[in-house]
Amino acid sequence: MSESTRENALRLTLLRRSGLWEKAAARIRRLSGKRTDDAADATAIADDYRMLAHDVAKVRRLLPDSRAREYLEATYAQAHASLHRPAWHPGYAVLHLFRDDIPAVMRWLGPHVFWATVLFILTVVAGYWMVHTYPDLIALFASPELIATVERGQLWTEGLLNVVPSSVLSLQILTNNIVVSLFAYCAGFLFGLGTVYVLGLNGLMLGAVFAFTGLHGLDDDLFRFVVAHGCVEISVMCLSGAAGAAVGEALIRPGTATRAESFQRAALQSGKLILACVLLLVGSGLIEGYISPNPTFSLRARIAIGLGYWLFMIALLNGWLFRFRRLKSAATA
Amino acid sequence: MDRTSDLAVDSVTGVDVALPVAGPGARSFAFLIDWTIRTILSVAWYVVAAMVHNASWSLAAPLTPDAGWFVFVVAPPATIYFLYHPVWEVATRGLTPGKRTAGVQIVSRDGGAPSVGALLTRNVFRLVDSFPVAYALGLLTALFTRNNVRIGDLAAGTLLIYTRNDATLARFPGRQLDASSAEVLSELLRRWPALDSMARRRIAATILADAPAETDAELRLQLENLTKETQ
Repeated sequence: MSESTRENALRLTLLRRSGLWEKAAARIRRLSGKRTDDAADATAIADDYRMLAHDVAKVRRLLPDSRAREYLEATYAQAHASLHRPAWHPGYAVLHLFRDDIPAVMRWLGPHVFWATVLFILTVVAGYWMVHTYPDLIALFASPELIATVERGQLWTEGLLNVVPSSVLSLQILTNNIVVSLFAYCAGFLFGLGTVYVLGLNGLMLGAVFAFTGLHGLDDDLFRFVVAHGCVEISVMCLSGAAGAAVGEALIRPGTATRAESFQRAALQSGKLILACVLLLVGSGLIEGYISPNPTFSLRARIAIGLGYWLFMIALLNGWLFRFRRLKSAATA
Repeated sequence: MDRTSDLAVDSVTGVDVALPVAGPGARSFAFLIDWTIRTILSVAWYVVAAMVHNASWSLAAPLTPDAGWFVFVVAPPATIYFLYHPVWEVATRGLTPGKRTAGVQIVSRDGGAPSVGALLTRNVFRLVDSFPVAYALGLLTALFTRNNVRIGDLAAGTLLIYTRNDATLARFPGRQLDASSAEVLSELLRRWPALDSMARRRIAATILADAPAETDAELRLQLENLTKETQ
């Protein structure tokens, strides 16, 4: 038998299996995207996958530019996706995220959080020193309206609720804070330099504004305004910066992996922490809209709220809030 | 099909799965459709809610906007606009109406459905991809990376592939042909314009000789006409 006759015979034998391919394709379409507990369906789709793999290998050699190949490749890819789609349990995924994943990320990011916090504190001190020593430098960090208000002996936050309702204020603040936090994280893509810039700029601004209000005897009022929401807000800023720095470090020092793989791993890991940060900023925004500008709250109450929310953040990020579920599971087992 | 743009994914069967990677054109097409949909929805919500809130045909914000204006008129369109992608993608594991229309889908690098974390990460990085305007950085990255991915996809370990739901076996409706004959005919028709008349006549004669007796009359007539075709 000549080579071409043999090849033609193989092609015809392969194409006669098209009925099986169509049955497999129909079954895959029926089962894809659906939840099923039927063992027969699972077995059938696994058999289809094996059969399609066998025929794809043959069609690639025997009929490389045919519609049969296109059809088989597509069906094989669909079977692969259906078989490898992980089960989706939203409740368990959320529990797993807050109980196991985020605490693990926090442990991994420990050194980054430390250095981001050190950087932030240093820039706060630097900003404070600069404006305290050279008050005119406040023009670099604050708007002319803010400067004029403070020079009149008032804080820009006074009477805020008379101008904007709490709900509006909360939404504006939390949106702004979330964008800044995400920006601090994403800026890590620039080899960590963007994160350093965002953290440094915010630290300088905070220190400068405190120094400027201090020069006009308003620093106590500013502290009174900031303390309820600021503890978590500033901590989240440092956490986002730490996550961004980890992404930057992954790009600078990929280790044994490729730069792309290292970047991807760092981004996926630290992204989980960013999700928690966004949720914390929602609470922080609500406090800043409803409690911070409201003069009826005493300083003691504000400190208690600020400290309490900060402790809640620590418990959330370390998985302590969900630990009872693990203990319960262990006891049941 | 351009086989050079396929991504080969390892499979337990030992036969790689070939995923056809979507290029910047398909990505942009999908994005434009999604952008149009979310813009229309957001604007429609704003227009209707503003008229209801103002109790008039006016769309302008009040001089002193109250909480109701912000919560019912401003916040929902902003939410629709900014959360459109993450919500659709998480709910459908990698599809949006635009992607469905463009025939593309987000998958992880192993060809499976991407995790929720990956989908959220690729959306967070839209902040970077959208720099400086109109997703210019994302488009440039998609043009110059191997799998045509933007920075968000690099971070999340995802890529866009063609779904190829339209792939079919060769079919000739009304003709009683088995799969092998249909495939041969399909291939022949594809190459027909490039063949010279001698080759066309020879092939037609061969098909006619091999055609089963029950081949329908119209097809048999067309084949006979081909064998008589003059140059």
